Amino acid sequence: MGEKRTLELELATPGVDAQGRPIRVPLGVAGGERAEGPDLRSELMLINIGPQHPATHGVLRLVVELDGEVVVRVIPHIGYLHSGFEKLGEYRHYNQIIPLTDRTDYLAAPSNNVALALAAEKLMGIAITPRCTVLRVIACEMSRIMSHLVWAGTTAIDLGAFTVFLWSWQQREGIYDLLEEWCGARLTTSLTRVGGMMADVPDGWTAKLRAWLAALPKTLDEVDTMLARNGIWLGRTQDIGVVTATEAVNRSLSGPMLRASGVAYDVRKDRPYLGYETYDFEVPVGEHGDVYDRYLVRMEEMRQSMQILHQALDRLPDGPVNADDPRVILPPKHRAMSDMEAMIYHFKQVMEGVSAPVGEAYLAVESPKGELGNYFVSDGTAKPVRWRIRPPSFINLQALPFMAQGHLLSDLIAINASVDIVMGEIDR
Amino acid sequence: MNGATPNPSAAALQSRFGAAIAGTHMSCGDTIVVVARGRAHEILRWLKETPTEAYEYLVDVTAVEYRDRERPLEVVYQLWSLSRKVFLRVKVELPKGEPLTVDSIVDLWRGADWLEREVFDLFGITFRGHPDLRRILMWDGYLEGHPLRKDFPLRGRFSRAEQVRQALTKTPEAHHSAEELAVAAAFQRVSDDSRERLERAGPGGGT
Repeated sequence: MGEKRTLELELATPGVDAQGRPIRVPLGVAGGERAEGPDLRSELMLINIGPQHPATHGVLRLVVELDGEVVVRVIPHIGYLHSGFEKLGEYRHYNQIIPLTDRTDYLAAPSNNVALALAAEKLMGIAITPRCTVLRVIACEMSRIMSHLVWAGTTAIDLGAFTVFLWSWQQREGIYDLLEEWCGARLTTSLTRVGGMMADVPDGWTAKLRAWLAALPKTLDEVDTMLARNGIWLGRTQDIGVVTATEAVNRSLSGPMLRASGVAYDVRKDRPYLGYETYDFEVPVGEHGDVYDRYLVRMEEMRQSMQILHQALDRLPDGPVNADDPRVILPPKHRAMSDMEAMIYHFKQVMEGVSAPVGEAYLAVESPKGELGNYFVSDGTAKPVRWRIRPPSFINLQALPFMAQGHLLSDLIAINASVDIVMGEIDR
Repeated sequence: MNGATPNPSAAALQSRFGAAIAGTHMSCGDTIVVVARGRAHEILRWLKETPTEAYEYLVDVTAVEYRDRERPLEVVYQLWSLSRKVFLRVKVELPKGEPLTVDSIVDLWRGADWLEREVFDLFGITFRGHPDLRRILMWDGYLEGHPLRKDFPLRGRFSRAEQVRQALTKTPEAHHSAEELAVAAAFQRVSDDSRERLERAGPGGGT
């Protein structure tokens, strides 16, 4: 064993030594306290999960200390996907930041785009048009459904139910087709602009969304039939990773993680944006705060999002999508090429960007993962002094060691899946 | 939202803590209270535990450094009262030239743990009393400094070649937590600088 070999390298071996015996790493030899006494616990074992492991949903690395099969301690390591988005944002105009937000929670890019645009508009004091408001609601709720579909699929696959993954992926494909028609991109949508949208929806698009919505309940019912009363699913999820309401609040959990514990905090209801107070929808709340309740909450959230989408489609007003504000909205190309004033505005926006007044704004939206906040500090120039994302997955993930303690290793996978993490958002 | 009227908690804080409140102002409809660094922990505890305030939910902890080099750094706490549905932003100013330290609030909100680690990692602000203050997004032996500071160049301090060289020669123990170091130490396989960190953490690898 060479000098350079580290603990992980050893753990990365097949787990058996030359004689074919399993390699065990005794913990606490240095302290000595665990090495003596008539303790019936077996030697503790340290295993490494990730960063390249499908059950870690990205590049999360977990170092797990096991007593037999029971988790004694979990130490998460993050940062493998750190790209310095917040630093990059300080060197970009507000509209140029939008593509960065696609890459944070890449499973629900439209809601990140909306969150960023809303925060920038709050900072600059820009009012958006009624059509834009409703289109953004549609974008947000579509992202909630597509993110939760991915969650249902991947969680079920982690627990051994492959079919759910195929069903949910098929439905998600439909949303991606709709997004592609709307903005040309499927994953990294960059759907919004400060003061408006990247584009209005094409003709006939709302009918396609309605058709897609009509097909979704069947899939959700099928998933429920498959899982909700399935003995294996219940056994793997009920009373696993329980977080009480007090603990959930104390650990700043948000989104379905918090609501499954019985705390009805939903930014859409409590600090409404985009006129969410005018929509008729319920906030599902769990009772036990376990993995099963998180499943129930997310399934119901998808149904509620469908309701919101129906209401939004019914009320979608005609009119412009972009605010009538030449400071922030680019003039149409034909005017920029023929009208002197429009050309000046075009030039100034592209070359100098839109300067925000001195001040700061924090605006949170209820993203599929939880409370997604954008915090801008401006010194009056076209680039923010500080752009902070309040990442819901990051804060939810830090409760993982707490939730997993005392559960089996296989339950750790279920608990980790129930957090619904996206490493792009955690590492930023 | 809160509208244009200031959050009454600002006035309550001023009458309760007097000189410890360095100022209150509004920006974009949000009330901001700047508090003295030495009493931040006490004030945040009061905001959390007083029934009439009841800011039981910590939304975020972050920091701001301004482009103006004279301005102090700010640690920003975003608070939300679940029962009263009120939002409040509390700031602590850390003048440059003095050690950048503030008391940790992990004992008040467990959720502050990783948030404070992130601020420490990216800004170099030390949180006194934090149980496990180490880098979180960058690795522990990261030599280039604190990336979100304004004196940190966008592409990093070192050349690309040097960054690659550092990454390849890095001892992986540098990213270990104290517990993992304790395990590695049992195998006598810890580098000297990591051993130093282990000794600081105490026997058994600390918490």
